Amino acid sequence: MTIRFTLNGRPVALDTDPGRRAVDILREDLGALSVKEGCGTGECGACSVLLDGELKLSCLLLAAQLEGREVVTCEGLGDQDAPHALQVAFAEHGAVQCGFCTPGMVLAAESLLRENPDPDREDVRRGLSGNLCRCTGYVKIVDAVQAAARERRGGRRKK
Amino acid sequence: MSGRFPRVDALPKACGAERFAADQYPEGCLWAGAFRPGAAHARVLAVHTAEALALPGVLKVLTAADVPGANLQGIVHKDQPVLCGDVVRHAGDPVALVLAESREALERALGLLRADLEPLPAVFDPREAMRPGAPRVHAGREGGNVLMAAEIRKGDAARALAACPVVVRGTFETPRQAPAFLETECGVARRLPDGVLDMTVSTQSPFRDRFEVAQALGLDPLSVRVRAPYLGGGFGGKDGSTVQCLLALAALHADGRPVRMAWSREESFSAGYKRHPSILRCELGADRDGTLRALRCRMVLDTGAYAHLGGEVLELGMEHMAGPYRVPHILVRGFCVYTNNPVSGAMRGFGVAQATFCAERMMDRLAAKLGLDPLELRLKNVLGPGEENACGVRLTGSTEARACLTALRDHPFWASRREWAAQAPARTRRGVAVALAHNAMGYGGGLPDMAAAKVELTEEGRFRIYCAVSDMGQGNVGGHAAMAAQALNQPREELDIVLPDTERCHPSGSSAAGRTTYTFGNALLKACAAMADKVRARAALFLLCDDPSSLVLESGRVIWPDACKSVSLALMARFLPRDDRISVAEFAMPVAREVSGASRGFVLGFPHLLFAYSAHLARVELDELTGRVRVADYFAATDGGGVVLPQGFEQQIQGGAAQGLGLALMEDCASRDGRLLTPDLSTYLVPTALDLPEIGSLAVPSHESSGPGGLKGVGEVAMDAPLPAVASAVEQAAGIRLDAAPLTPERVLAALRRARKNT
Ligand code: FES
Ligand code: FES
Repeated sequence: MTIRFTLNGRPVALDTDPGRRAVDILREDLGALSVKEGCGTGECGACSVLLDGELKLSCLLLAAQLEGREVVTCEGLGDQDAPHALQVAFAEHGAVQCGFCTPGMVLAAESLLRENPDPDREDVRRGLSGNLCRCTGYVKIVDAVQAAARERRGGRRKK
Repeated sequence: MSGRFPRVDALPKACGAERFAADQYPEGCLWAGAFRPGAAHARVLAVHTAEALALPGVLKVLTAADVPGANLQGIVHKDQPVLCGDVVRHAGDPVALVLAESREALERALGLLRADLEPLPAVFDPREAMRPGAPRVHAGREGGNVLMAAEIRKGDAARALAACPVVVRGTFETPRQAPAFLETECGVARRLPDGVLDMTVSTQSPFRDRFEVAQALGLDPLSVRVRAPYLGGGFGGKDGSTVQCLLALAALHADGRPVRMAWSREESFSAGYKRHPSILRCELGADRDGTLRALRCRMVLDTGAYAHLGGEVLELGMEHMAGPYRVPHILVRGFCVYTNNPVSGAMRGFGVAQATFCAERMMDRLAAKLGLDPLELRLKNVLGPGEENACGVRLTGSTEARACLTALRDHPFWASRREWAAQAPARTRRGVAVALAHNAMGYGGGLPDMAAAKVELTEEGRFRIYCAVSDMGQGNVGGHAAMAAQALNQPREELDIVLPDTERCHPSGSSAAGRTTYTFGNALLKACAAMADKVRARAALFLLCDDPSSLVLESGRVIWPDACKSVSLALMARFLPRDDRISVAEFAMPVAREVSGASRGFVLGFPHLLFAYSAHLARVELDELTGRVRVADYFAATDGGGVVLPQGFEQQIQGGAAQGLGLALMEDCASRDGRLLTPDLSTYLVPTALDLPEIGSLAVPSHESSGPGGLKGVGEVAMDAPLPAVASAVEQAAGIRLDAAPLTPERVLAALRRARKNT
C-alpha cells in the first residue's frame, strides 16, 4: 500500500506495509535518524515527532496513521547551519549529554512553547515529563527551554 | 574555558545529526537477534531450529556448536558463554542467534524457536548461595558459588569495638539498579574481504572489546577492528561485552554482509548488566566525644550468573566501607556470590554507592546516639591531606572533603533546617540531612591504568586529535578538544576529531572509573606539547630561524614575532612526511606504592591513591497519607580537582545525583525466582523531570597536581551520597529508619505504621 504524507515539509510516497511502526519507517526507510527508539512501548519519549503539530510517540503510531498528515522531526526544526532556537539553547546551556533523548526532548519543548510561551520551571518540568533523560537530571534542560522561551518572546538572553 | 558551545558534540546532537551506533543501517544489512529461553537454571537438551529456518527471510540460526574459539567471555573471569550449549544460568541467557533479512523476519523467527530444557535446582539469594549445600551455579567450580571473598584488616576491630563506650549497628540492603541508558546495547559488524572483522558498537571499551571478541571466538585480535561513536549513555553498563561477541559471531556467518544487532528495552533489562544488589552489616564504635575507633562490616554482593566485574565491584565497595573517615581499627569482610539472577556488573558508583549508604547511615546513627550534630561529627572525623585512609594509603592527592562539608554547613538550606521543617504543610513532614562520599579514581593497584593519545598535523595544516576513550555522554571529547585547543593555541572549531577506532587510535583503557579525562587528558597534553615543539622546530627550518623557542604557534600558522615572518601550517604540512606530522604520548595513572598488609583476597584494583569527594544536602518532604517522598531541594559540594569545563563538571554532578536520587526513591530491578518483575520502562521507573528537584552544584576550590588542568575524575562521586542523604532526611522528618532502598511509598507507609504502633 502506498502511504503519502509530508516529512519535514517534503512530500513522500512510500510503498509499504501499513501495519509497520512509524518509527521504523521514519528511521529505516526515510533516514530520519534523529527519531530515536529507547523503549518501543511509549515510555521514554525518544521517538517523539510532531504530527500535524501535535507531539506524538512514533513507536506507537502505525504507518497508516501517517497518511495525509504532516510529520516534523528534529531535523525538520533546524540543522547545524541554521539551528532552531531550542537546538541552540540546548547546546549552549549544557542540556545535551549523551544526546540520545535530545531530539525528542527538543520536540517536546517546541510543543510546550507553542502552547505556553512563558512557562515557569514547574510548567517546563510538567511539559517534558513524558520524555526520559538518563544523563542530565533535567536541570539544564529546564534552563535551556526557559532561555529559548525568553528569546522567542523577544526578551534579551540572560547572561 | 568558555565559548558559545562548550561541548563540540552539543549542537550536532541537539540537531539530531549525530550518528550513534543505533543509527547504523549499512546497505544490505542483516538483522541478528538472540533467542533467550527464559529459564533461570536448566540443562539445554536441544534447540529446535528447523521451523525458524524454514521461514522466508531467515538465513541462519546459530547455536553453541557454531561458535569457534573458547565460547567464553568476561573481563577478568571468563565464565560467560557467547551462546549457551550445556546449561543456561539465568533467564537472560541466549542459546541461539538468528540472522534474518529484516526486522520482521527476525521477530517471527525468534517467536518460533524452542529449546528443550531440563530444570536444574537454582538459587536466588546470595546468602543461601554461600551455604555449603546450595545448588551450584557453575558446577565443579572450586570455591562453590563464592566468586570472591576478601578481607581488609587494620588494627584489631573486635578488641577495639569491645572497648568502645558507644557502638551502633545496622543492616542495609540496596537493590539491583539498571543503568537504563536510553540507547540500548547495539552495534553493527561485518567481515571484510581481507578477513578483518569491522565493528561499530555502543561501547565503553573498544580496545578491550577487540581482545574479548578475539578470545571468545578464536580470532587474531588484530583482525578485529572496533569503532565507538558517541554512546547514548553507558554508566558502566556498556563496559564489557554485551552485543559484541554475538555480533562478531553473526558476522562470521554472514558471508561478508553487514549485520546489525540492537537489543530491545526488555532484552536490555534481562540480559544487560546492572548494579549489584547488596546486603551490608555493620558495627561502628566511637568514643563519647564522637571520635571513631573501630568498624566491623560484612558486605555481600549478588553477582548473578556470571562474574563480569563482580570481584572488582566488591573490592571497591570494601575499600570505601569506612567512608572518608579516620578509623584506626577495621575489619571488612566481603563476598561476591553467584546466583541464578540476572548478571550484575559495573555501574556508576561501582560498589561505592552501596558502601556509602551503610557508612553514612552509621554516622547518622552515631550522631543521634551521642546527641551530636551529624555534620559536626563528620567534620570531626573526616580525612585530610596527608592522612592515612582506612586501607593504609596516605592521601597525597588533593583531599578537600572537609571543604565540601564546610560548604554545606554554610549553606542556607542547612542553616535554616529547623525553620524549614517547622513550616511543613499539613499532613507533611520535612527533614534536612547531609551525606558525604568519596570515590576512587582509576583502576587501582595491579592493573595498568593507561592511555595513549595521538595528535596529527594533517595535510591541510589542521590538527587532528585521536580520541581513544569513548564518550558515553559525559563530554570527555569536548573536554579533550578544549584541552588540545588550548595546548596547541588553535580555535576549537579548527580541530579535527577522530572518535575511538582501534585501527586509527592508540590503545587506551575504558571510559570508566572516573579515569577517562584524567588519564587520556594527561596523555593528550603531553602529545600536544610534543607536537607544538615539533611544529616550531620544523617551522624554524622554513623561516631560517636559529632559535625555535622564539617562534609562536598560532591559529593556522607559526610566527616569528622578532622578524615579522610567519609560515602557514598548511604549507609546512605539505613538505613533511606523515610520520613527521604525528605525535604520540602516553600516561599511566599513579598507584599507591605503600600498600599495607591489611588486605587479603584482593586480586586487581586495590588500593587506590586518588579520590574525589562530595558532600550532599537534601531537603525532603514526606506525605504522611501516601508515603511519598519528595526531594524538594538538593545541593552538592564537590572536590573533583580543578575544573576545566565548568558546564561539564555540573553536568556530571547533576546527572550523577539524579541517578543517585533514582536509587533512593524508586529504582528497583526486582526479581522473583530469577525473573525480573520490572522488565520494561513502565515497571522499572526512572525519574522524570517531575520526580527530581533542582540540583545545585558547587565545585570547592581544589587542585590535583597530577591531573590535566588540575582535575580529577568526577563522573561517579555524585552517585553515591543521594541515597544516604535522602534516607537520613526521611528519618529526620518522621523518625523512621529505612535501611532498605529504594524508599518507596510502600516502605515509608509501613515504617510510619510501625512507628505509630510503637508509640
Ligand atoms: S521509543 Fe517511543 S516512547 Fe520510547
Ligand atoms: S542526554 Fe542522555 S538521555 Fe538525555
